[in-house]
Amino acid sequence: MRFRPDKLGVVIAALALCGVLLAPFSLFRANRIVPGEAKSLLDSLPAWAGLLLLAAVIAASLVALARSPAVVRLAVAAVCLVALLLGIGLAALHLTPPENSYARVSPASGFWLLCFAFALLAADAITRLKPKPLARILFLAAALLVIAFVLLSGSWDELSLLKEYANRAETFWLEAGRHVMLALGSLLAAVVAGLPLGILCHRTPALRGAVLNSLNIVQTIPSIALFGILIAPLGWIALNVPGAAAIGIRGIGMAPAFVALFLYSLLPVVANTVVGLGGVPRDVNEAARGLGMTDSQRLWRVEFPLALPVILTGVRIVLVQNIGLATIAALIGGGGFGVFVFQGIGQTAMDLVLLGAAPTVLLAFVAAIVLDALIDMNAKASNRKTTA
Amino acid sequence: MSRWLPPFLRLGLLALLLAFLFRPAWFSGLLQPLVQDGAPAIYNQGDLLTLTLLHLRTVAIATLGATVVAIALAVLVTRPIGAEFLPLSRSLVNIGQTFPPVAVLALAVPAVGFGEKPTLIALFLYGLLPIFENALTGLTTLPPSVMEAARGAGMTGFQRLVRIEIPLASPVMLAGIRLSVVIGLATATIGSTVAAKTLGEVIIAGLQSNNLAFVLQGGLVVAALAVLIYDAFSALERAAARRMGRI
Repeated sequence: MRFRPDKLGVVIAALALCGVLLAPFSLFRANRIVPGEAKSLLDSLPAWAGLLLLAAVIAASLVALARSPAVVRLAVAAVCLVALLLGIGLAALHLTPPENSYARVSPASGFWLLCFAFALLAADAITRLKPKPLARILFLAAALLVIAFVLLSGSWDELSLLKEYANRAETFWLEAGRHVMLALGSLLAAVVAGLPLGILCHRTPALRGAVLNSLNIVQTIPSIALFGILIAPLGWIALNVPGAAAIGIRGIGMAPAFVALFLYSLLPVVANTVVGLGGVPRDVNEAARGLGMTDSQRLWRVEFPLALPVILTGVRIVLVQNIGLATIAALIGGGGFGVFVFQGIGQTAMDLVLLGAAPTVLLAFVAAIVLDALIDMNAKASNRKTTA
Repeated sequence: MSRWLPPFLRLGLLALLLAFLFRPAWFSGLLQPLVQDGAPAIYNQGDLLTLTLLHLRTVAIATLGATVVAIALAVLVTRPIGAEFLPLSRSLVNIGQTFPPVAVLALAVPAVGFGEKPTLIALFLYGLLPIFENALTGLTTLPPSVMEAARGAGMTGFQRLVRIEIPLASPVMLAGIRLSVVIGLATATIGSTVAAKTLGEVIIAGLQSNNLAFVLQGGLVVAALAVLIYDAFSALERAAARRMGRI
């Protein structure tokens, strides 16, 4: 009998091997700005931990190479990812000389490569397991708990990323709140305005082309320009409309960012509402009419529930897109995680960039998984309704 | 959407864009009311036409690279040899799209330095996803009867791919490339925050010196480019679809 390796396993083992042998695991710098000194896996960690992590990586690569069951692969990937997270924190502790508050340790390419390899293994295992929507949310919750545990346990405290955080913990949560406010608030406004607009477009085809075309054109305006262009009209409103300034409308800051995100969000919401309502089977509508339902009863009890999965897909697109775009708000003084990203670019301090980028990616990722699960649940529910 | 722009509007927009790029001074009267205290109304720290060409070049290189890689990957995972990667590649595309472009841009800087390179990397990675997704859709939803007929006619796997599958999937692939170009055009402006020479420079200069005319002209040139390119691709897609007899 010949050994036939799992093809994805070959890729993962190759990535892991590169991550261990060729790429540095961590980067040590005497202070925040100077170029760093790359350290390999075994140099970064105390001997016992380095060998343990190395053994774990090799064992996991072997499991990936063999055609092992998906559950085993997922468990192994999860163990390795947790070991890597703890390992990089330990590396920071190990490399930083005692009583030295200037030295910085950051993860280097080898760490990221290993994380990528095992995240790939985990993603593949989860895809093969085909979990139900609820199970996916549970996986996500477990992953978030692990991250929270690593952060709260203090095992990362010596890491440069957390030192950047410690220097600006208060601002961090302030900007986090602003970021979420911008992304969620503009989504909410877009749903409130976009749903009726979509229903209107569905009922009056003459309007549909004009509305969708103009929203399409809004999407082509680059985000930094749209944010900038809105400064002028909002500044004018703040000056000339009584009470506007009192509720926080200003030329720069959050107001133009909010309006820009709202404008970007309208197209997916309106377009998906139109598509969703248009996809309601004609005979279902006929039957509802035959039962003597009024137009508004038909809309709320029949058309809307059936169109919900498509509308939710629009909401998912908007939310993920808004979480990313809200970083740009920092350029016009609107706050959000972009503040750290652009400060970091300005100071060429990459850990500061990471402090802004990592939560943004995490937020977008969580939003995507939760909404995908919601869409799947709804799609099943509405399928049952049409076939019943 | 069957038609994006009526032909006269399309030509008018193109003429307006070219006039603005070659003779920006003609428009300074129009933009003058937007600036204060005699600040310049037309971008004066560089040539608008050069910046536009550099912007287009960046997007073109990144999209070309993304197209080649994405289609090669899509072909690979739809062959028997790469079939094991198909489910994973779908979820990767899904996950990849959650990465905000600014984050990709900023995180590419330590690896390659400031300038055009991080922008190219971000545009390339961001452009991969729509093309890959569409190529995958195109290649996995081919009519089974056509594939049977091709197999029955004794075509080899490679012949089927080149003569049947790729041509039939081309309208959907083109739609992916179109999406990727339009996203790229807008994302390239953010590249100017890491010192890439694109039209974003005009917008950022405007934001920094509180010059609304700069912001507006930078934004509108990018928007006009996006609308025209979107339109050209839609026309190409229709032509491809007509040739494939899908309409």
